[in-house]
Amino acid sequence: MSGQSEPGGWPLWEVFVRPRRGLSHSHVGSVHAPDAALALRNARDVFTRRQEGVSIWVVPATAITASSPDEKDAFFDPAADKVYRHPTFYEVPEGVAHL
Amino acid sequence: MTLTGTPTVAQLLCLGDDALVAAQRLGQWCSRAPEMEEDVALANIALDQLGAARLLLSYAGDLEGAGRDEDALAFLRDDRDFRSCLLVELPDPDFAHTIAKLLFLAAYQRLHYERLAAGADERLASIAAKAVKESAYHLDHATLWTLRLGDGTAGSHRRMQAAVDEVWPYPHELFEDDPDLRGAWLSIVEPVLAEATLERPADGWAPTGGRSGRHTEHLSYLLAEMQVLHRAHPGARW
Repeated sequence: MSGQSEPGGWPLWEVFVRPRRGLSHSHVGSVHAPDAALALRNARDVFTRRQEGVSIWVVPATAITASSPDEKDAFFDPAADKVYRHPTFYEVPEGVAHL
Repeated sequence: MTLTGTPTVAQLLCLGDDALVAAQRLGQWCSRAPEMEEDVALANIALDQLGAARLLLSYAGDLEGAGRDEDALAFLRDDRDFRSCLLVELPDPDFAHTIAKLLFLAAYQRLHYERLAAGADERLASIAAKAVKESAYHLDHATLWTLRLGDGTAGSHRRMQAAVDEVWPYPHELFEDDPDLRGAWLSIVEPVLAEATLERPADGWAPTGGRSGRHTEHLSYLLAEMQVLHRAHPGARW
């Protein structure tokens, strides 16, 4: 059995939905289900009742490796003062369209 | 029930009452389902049925031409006037019974709506075209649960088999006017039971009477609960 076992309950699945006009799936929440097929249907019933999407992914919550909140400073703060990483230091040559 | 041309009021009442009573029965799981996700799923299915019932009863009322709208037909008829099949009014002693009933009903409704969607009557065809997609999903849901309960633990298998055995006689009524459809229905239901390691019960007792208003005692209790508000406060609105 994949997914995170909860005491006396079903494993947790993270749900990703691709909106009607979107290109990529976005995380919308989670559902409990005994297996992948039912997780997909539970996600359909819980998250696409109002035509929110055209495609659903479900992923066992245990299959996701997440960054730890404790490591937030080391992970993300060093990027704060590196403005040169943003592509804002270029002169746009004349006559170049669609840049 | 085979339809060529305009349906009769009685035919629309059969379809609409099946959906309405099924909706009310499924709605009784609200807040009581085994898991919250299943609670939402059953409520969704109930609302699909209710939506179809409203369209069908409205059409029946229009055809009848006696000034009865969907509410009058749903809330102001007694059990003897209901044309629903016995299958949908049966109580749900456990979740396995709900799934067995839904499997049998959804397989029938999908086949029946499929045919009506290709029928000559435009209004009924458009109602059926919407309902056939919903029925396909109801069938999928019931199928997945039948497989999991039938081919699950010893306890779930025992209860699912008991439910199938108990409910099996009732769908006979659905094919009284249309014996040919039963073959198609069996070709949907039997493989599901086989894959779920459930025994397909023998045909024998075939209870009937719903289509002529002779129901089990369960329907009047169901209607009492469904109708009490409208009858106490006619025309009540949210």
